[in-house]
This record gives sequence, structure tokens and C-alpha cells, in this order.
Amino acid sequence: MLDTSASLDLSGDPRRLRRERNVRWLFLSAAVFTILVSIAIVLSLVGEAVAFLQSIAAEIDEGLGALIADGWFPRRDRFDLRTIIWHTLAVSIIAMAVATPLGLGAAVYLSEYAKAGVRRVLKPVLEILAGIPSVVLGYFALRFITPDILRNIWDTTQQSNLMAAGIGVGILIIPLVSSVSEDAMQAVPRDLREASYGLGAKKWHTSMRVVFPAALSGIVAALILGLSRAIGETMVVAIVAGATGGSLLQLNPLNGGQTMTGAMASLAIGSDQVAGGVAAFQSLFFVGLLLFLMTLVLNIGSERLVRRFRQRY
Amino acid sequence: MTARTMGTPVTQEMIRRALEGRKVNIINPLVALLLLISLLASLAILVVLLWDVVAKSMPVWQERGWSVITNDLSPRPAETGMIQGIFGSVMLTVIVVVLSFPLGVAAAIYLEEYARDTRLTRLLVANIRNLAGVPSIVYGLLGLSVFVKLILEGMVGQVSGRTLIAGGLTLSMLVLSIMVITTQEALRAVPLAIREASFGVGATPWQTIRHHVLPVASPAIFTGSVLTLARAFGESAPLLLAGAVLSTFFAAPEGTPITDLVLGEKYTALPIIIYNWSRQPQQEYVALTAAAIVALLVILLVVNAGTILARDALERRNRM
Repeated sequence: MLDTSASLDLSGDPRRLRRERNVRWLFLSAAVFTILVSIAIVLSLVGEAVAFLQSIAAEIDEGLGALIADGWFPRRDRFDLRTIIWHTLAVSIIAMAVATPLGLGAAVYLSEYAKAGVRRVLKPVLEILAGIPSVVLGYFALRFITPDILRNIWDTTQQSNLMAAGIGVGILIIPLVSSVSEDAMQAVPRDLREASYGLGAKKWHTSMRVVFPAALSGIVAALILGLSRAIGETMVVAIVAGATGGSLLQLNPLNGGQTMTGAMASLAIGSDQVAGGVAAFQSLFFVGLLLFLMTLVLNIGSERLVRRFRQRY
Repeated sequence: MTARTMGTPVTQEMIRRALEGRKVNIINPLVALLLLISLLASLAILVVLLWDVVAKSMPVWQERGWSVITNDLSPRPAETGMIQGIFGSVMLTVIVVVLSFPLGVAAAIYLEEYARDTRLTRLLVANIRNLAGVPSIVYGLLGLSVFVKLILEGMVGQVSGRTLIAGGLTLSMLVLSIMVITTQEALRAVPLAIREASFGVGATPWQTIRHHVLPVASPAIFTGSVLTLARAFGESAPLLLAGAVLSTFFAAPEGTPITDLVLGEKYTALPIIIYNWSRQPQQEYVALTAAAIVALLVILLVVNAGTILARDALERRNRM
């Protein structure tokens, strides 16, 4: 007779099972590590940001009024948030004005018009542009866009200015806007295009009135993602937006001004030498927290739109 | 009422017009042209940028030759060079490879091959997406407060935590999420049938991954990782915070062990040198910065081209 209780043990070699479990745990802990990174980011930002608010409330005469003083001069205890937020918005708006037409135009062309051969030649151009480091764009904005383009149009342009920074950042985000919105248009089902052609619509009519609206939420998501990248972009702004120490609120984009990321970069490079107040150093983290929250909201919004778009098709 | 009569030349003319459209078809090619122009604008920007940088760097190559690459940093523009930055960037990249590649690939394998659709999995996925969208300078703050201050100066007890290892750790955290996402995409592209065949002959999950999934996915994982590393190589904002040195500094004496260079000495990186030189007011630095940019772009170009060749070789080997 067979000993059934023994022969039915199909659970396998215990050594093999143990190894499987260990490997799985190893991979799981690597994945969980990414959550620790997020926690570390949030904790380090929030801790110092709260310390910043406490120390300006305690040590500066105006108290929290320093957050809406005249201009952003951290070494002189003036932390006007309106100044740096407005300058960041100005740079981002200019960047979107550059990247939206060029990025979307490129996306529509690549998705709807380009033949396979043309696509194979032109698509890598955007990929190469995406691989250019942002310091390089900063130099280009400072040494080419400002003197050779902007000065020829408006001769009052300052050496460092928000306009050149905006154009430089815009060039940086063209590939992002274009590739995300091209993906959105590619995801529009062929049936819609064929129905449109079947009714006698021309190519441009089909692209603009059928494909573009159908892909709209994906395209908007691409633009939001681009805006989020523009707000967080640092090196172009640090090189060409100007005002290393601090700045007053500038309404004219042809003048230099301090942005959120620019303020962080200049605080960072001065943080070990210049004897500013403790608050100056801590303000770095406060601005960082603001930046983190702004980009987080934009990224989540963009993610939502993409998901809704995917569900529809 | 002649038009109603079938077959008259007038009717034929009307039908022809109705089918072809009355106007000359000008909008269609015009729109196509406009769209093509917006794509060619990117090409034009790229060409102008490269041409401008190369042209501005020419005087430096002619006067200085290779010494602008091989010299240490110096306060005098006529003698300065970028070798310290190149060394720093290469070492940073090595640290990033060692840390973020295994972590990123392991996390991606968990998410693609093991994870079921649980609340934890959804949290992990959402978290990684958000990490990928965090601005790079915010990672610099993480590096400054956690790696420089808390770990190296606090726990290890170094006088200054602004060392290569701090910069490398910071960049590793920055690219980790991107590494996970590109690896996930590579794993997702492996056909399910390969896994099923392996399970069918009794292989365990790990054996399936090790012997069947990873070999098929490896060219894509490899390409994605190198592109991610190239991004880390050109990244500078987080290093400003994680303590890369902007000004000149003395090179460590000949024969200093490489571990000391990584753990204890000041460091800088090629993009940081570009940033610093581009801010200098003296005219000489315009050409010097352009030369450093050319060096950076050439390194990135060589790495990218090499990757594409290596990927093709890997794919050919897989097919055999």
C-alpha cells in the first residue's frame, strides 16, 4: 500500500520555498524603500519650514509680516513670497507660450501627418532636445537668446531677465509636451478618424475637429505636466533670471527677478559662506515645501486627467 | 430647370463641383505646413544651440588645446580646466549606478511580477509616479538635510558632509523613481506566454524571472537605465544643495586613495562647473563655458551612441 499522506505532500523542497520567500521579501523591501524616500522628503521639508515660520515670528520685528514685505531679500530678513511666486509664474507663462504651440504642433504633425520615413528622421530631434541638460539651456539663454534675439527686439532688455529664462525653460519642456500629447492622440481609436473621412472631412478637419477634441484631456494633462516641470526648473532660471542676492517685484519680464527655484539656488550656493540669519537658510526649505506642494497638485491633476482619458477609450 | 435634367453637361459640372469642393483646397496643405514648421522649429533651435556653443568654444580649443580638459580648476581663466568636474561627475554616476540600479530594478520586478492589486500596491505605484514629478532641487533639500547633515555630519561624524558620497546618494534618490518606471515598462513588454511556458514546466516565480523574463527584458532595461544615468550626469540643481564646490579648490595630493576622494574630500561636477563659469563676469569665461558644454555634450553623445550599439548587440544575441 502507498503511504498516501507522504506522497500527497506536493509543497516542494523547503529550501526552494524558503529561497522564493526571501527573494520576494527582498523585492518588496526595495519597493517599500521608495515610500521611505517620500517620507524623508516630506519630513525634512516640513520640519525646517515650520522652524522657519517660528524663527521669523520670534526674531524679526514684523513677525510673519516678513512674508509680504517689499521684495525678496533673505539676508535682510525680507521674505516676500508674492515676489518669487509672481516671477515663477511669469517664467512659467512665457515657457508655456513657447512650448504649447511648438510642442502641440509637433505632436499633431507626428501623430496625424508624418509618414513613417519622415517620422523616423524627425522624432529623434525631439529626443535629442530632451536629453540636453538644463545648464546648457541656461547658458544658451544668457549668451544667445538675450544678446542676439531679445536685445534686437527690445533694446532695454537687461543682461539677466525673466523673458530669456522663460524661453529657455519653454525649449526644455517642448519634448515633454510633445511626447505626452502625441501619446494621447495615438490612443484615439482609428474608427473615429475613419468615420470622419467617411463623411467627407479633410485631413486638417479630421485632425483639428475630431482627433484633437477626442484627445483633449490627454493634451491638457501634457500641458499641466509641462507647467509643473516649468515651475520646478532650476538651472536655466538660476543662470539667466538674475538677481542673485534678491529682488523687488518686477512686472516687466525684460528685467531680472528672483523666482522660487532661483531663490533656492542662490541661497544654496551662499549657505556655507554668507552669514545670513538662521531664517535665511531655513527659508530654503519653506520655499522648497511650497514648490513641492505646487508641483504635487499639478502632477496629481494631470495623472487624474490621463486616467479618465484611458477609461474612455 | 435645365439643371434637373440628368446627364446634361451642366449637371455633370455640378456633381463634379460638389465632389471636389468649390474652393481650391488650400487649407489642407497650409495646416500641414504650419504643423511641420512647428516641428522644424525644434530642429532649428537644436541646430542653432549646438552651432552657437561649438562656435563660441573654438577659441579655447585653438589656444589651449587639451589643457582646458586636463587642468585642475584655477582662479586664473587662462589656466583653469575641468578635470576635477569630469572626475566628480564620473564618480557620482558610479555611485548612482551601484545604488539606484539594483534598487530600481528590484522594486520594478516586485511591482510587475509579484504584486497583486492591493491597497499597498496602489500606494507604491502612486508614490513612485509622484516621486518622478518632484522637482530636482527638492531632492537637493533631501540630500542636504538627510545625507549631508543627518547621516554624514551627525551619525558618521564628519566635519563636512559635503562629499561625493552625499552628492551620489542625492542623485540616486532622484533617479530611483525614473529607474523603476523605465524597468517596469521593459518588463511589461515581455510576452506573458514566456512566463506561462516557464511556470508550465514547474519553474518557481524567481526561476521564471531570473532565466526567462530578465534576459528578454535586459536590452530595454539596459537602454532605459543608461538614458536615466545620462540625465543624472547632466543634473546640477540638487548638487548645489548637496555640497558640490562652486569655486576653485586644491586637488588632493597625488596618490590619495580613491576611497578618501569619495568619502572625505571636496568635490565638484561638470554641470556645476558650467553653471559657475556661466555666472563669471570676465569675457574669457564665455568661451570656457562653451568648451565645458561641448565636453559635456560629447560625453553624453558617446554614451548614448554606445548604448544604442550595445543594445543592438544584446538583442542580436537574444535572438540567436
